[in-house]
Amino acid sequence: MNITDKKLSAKELPLGDVLDAGTACQFITGGWRSERPVWNKEKCIQCMLCWVSCPDSSIEVTDGKVSGIDLEHCKGCGICAKECPVKPVKAILMEAEKK
Amino acid sequence: MITTTDKKGHIAAKTGNEVMAEAMRQIAPDVVAAYPITPATEVVQIFSQFVADGLVPTEFVAVESEHSAMSACIGAAAAGARTMTGTSSQGLALMWEMLYIAAGLRLPIVMAEVNRALSAPINIHGDQSDTMGARDAGWIQIYSENSQEAYDNMIQAVRIAEKAKLPTMVTTDGFIISHCMEVVEMTADEEVKKFVGPYKPEHRLLDVDKPFTLGAIDLQDYYFEHRWQLAQAMRDAKPIILEVAKDFAKTFGRNYGLFEEYRMDEAEIAIVIIGSAAGTAKVVIDALRAKGIKAGLIKIRVFRPFPAAELAAALAKVKAVAVMDRADSCSGTFAPVFSDIASALYTSLAGQAMPKLINYVYGLGGRDIMPEHFNEVFGRLEKIKAGGPIGETLSYINVRM
Repeated sequence: MNITDKKLSAKELPLGDVLDAGTACQFITGGWRSERPVWNKEKCIQCMLCWVSCPDSSIEVTDGKVSGIDLEHCKGCGICAKECPVKPVKAILMEAEKK
Repeated sequence: MITTTDKKGHIAAKTGNEVMAEAMRQIAPDVVAAYPITPATEVVQIFSQFVADGLVPTEFVAVESEHSAMSACIGAAAAGARTMTGTSSQGLALMWEMLYIAAGLRLPIVMAEVNRALSAPINIHGDQSDTMGARDAGWIQIYSENSQEAYDNMIQAVRIAEKAKLPTMVTTDGFIISHCMEVVEMTADEEVKKFVGPYKPEHRLLDVDKPFTLGAIDLQDYYFEHRWQLAQAMRDAKPIILEVAKDFAKTFGRNYGLFEEYRMDEAEIAIVIIGSAAGTAKVVIDALRAKGIKAGLIKIRVFRPFPAAELAAALAKVKAVAVMDRADSCSGTFAPVFSDIASALYTSLAGQAMPKLINYVYGLGGRDIMPEHFNEVFGRLEKIKAGGPIGETLSYINVRM
C-alpha cells in the first residue's frame, strides 16, 4: 500500500506528528528514475560495495549475497555503478529508463 | 492567603527562584537541559547544585545556548524522559523556533519562565513581553503572582503538561518575585512525588520494541490537519487544568482556577491584570472598598488557553474595566491581554450591555507600579462609570512622556 493513498482527517491522524516507523518502504520512489541500474549476476564478485554505497537501501541481498535491485525504491542515482570495482566491464551498468 | 492544612508541610522563606528550584527537586525530572540568563539563572543554578550534591537523580545537561537547551529538552522528552528547563527574555526568544517544535511534537516539557523585558534596549528587569511574545507557540502559559503560586504552579504544571500533551511554562515577574523573599508554604517531598506520579508517555523513542517516526515532514495535504490537532489540544487543556487544580486542592489545601476574582462581588469597576502587580492592586482595592467604592480585580492565572467565556462572564456586570498589560504589542492598536479580553467580551456578550473597556500598558522594563497609579486608574474608571468620556482607549502609566 502506498501510504499517500488514503488522506486522514484531523481527527483520524495520530497525535503530534507521530507515525509508524519504517514506513519509507511503503513509499514508492522507483518512478523518479530517468536511468536504471542493470545487475549482471555472472560478473558480480559479491564485494558488497554497491550495497554499502546505495543511499536508498535498494541493493537486494539474500542470504548474505547480492541478489538484485529493488526497482520500486531505486532512484537511478548511479552510485552503485560508479562504485562497482569489477574490470574490464562492471557488474552494474546504467541504462536509460524504458518509457 | 496561606493556610496550613497539610501537617507534613512547613513554612519557609524562599525567593521565587529558590522555590521553583525546590519544586523541581521534589518533582525530580529525568532530564534538565538549560542555559543561564538573568533573572532565571538561579532556578537552574540552584537545581544543578542539588544534582551535584546528589539530592536529586536528574540527568543535568549544561548546554551552550537556550536554543540548544530546548533542542536537548525535545530530544529527552521524545526519548521518554520527564523534562524541565528554565529561561527568560532573550533566552526564550533564542529558542523561539524550538518552542513551536516542542508544541507541535506534543512534548510535555515544563519550563520555569522568569518574565523579563525583551531587548532592544537591553533590560534585565521584569515585564511580560517575553512570554507574551510566545503566546501563539502552543505552550500552556500559567502566570504566578507570588512565590507561593510559583511553587504550586510548577507542581501542577507537570501533571497538566503530561495530561494535555502540551509543553507548559510557569512564570514569575523577573526580580520582583524571582529575587524577592516571601513566606511560602512548602509541602513534603513524598506528597509532591505522589501528586505528580510517574511519567508514562505513550511513545518513547528509547522503546526499541515499539519504534515510531516523530517529526516527519507534512506537505500541503497534512500540515493543516496536524495544526488543528494542536489548537484543539489547547482548547482541551482548559478542563484538564481545572481537574489538576481540584486534585491539588485535595492534597495541598490551596485552591486555584483559571483566574482569581478578588472582591468582584457586585464590582462596578475592575481591573484585569497578570502577575505580581496584582498584589499591589489588591491593597488599593481594599482601601477603595472600605470607602464604599465597588472596585474589584481579576488576576489571570492561565493565559493560554485563554479562558474567554469565563472571563467575559466574570466581567459581564462590571461597568468599566481597565486591562493592565505588562507588555506592549507593536500592533499599532492595543496590548496583548486587552486584545484577548476585548475579543472575549465581543463574542461572549454579543447583544448584551458590555463593560466600557480601557487599556493600560505599565511596568515595562521593571518600571514600578505603585498604589497611587492604581488609584489613578480606578479614579478614571469611576468617571467613566459615571458616564464620562472614555478618552483614549490605550494609555501608558508611569512613563515620562
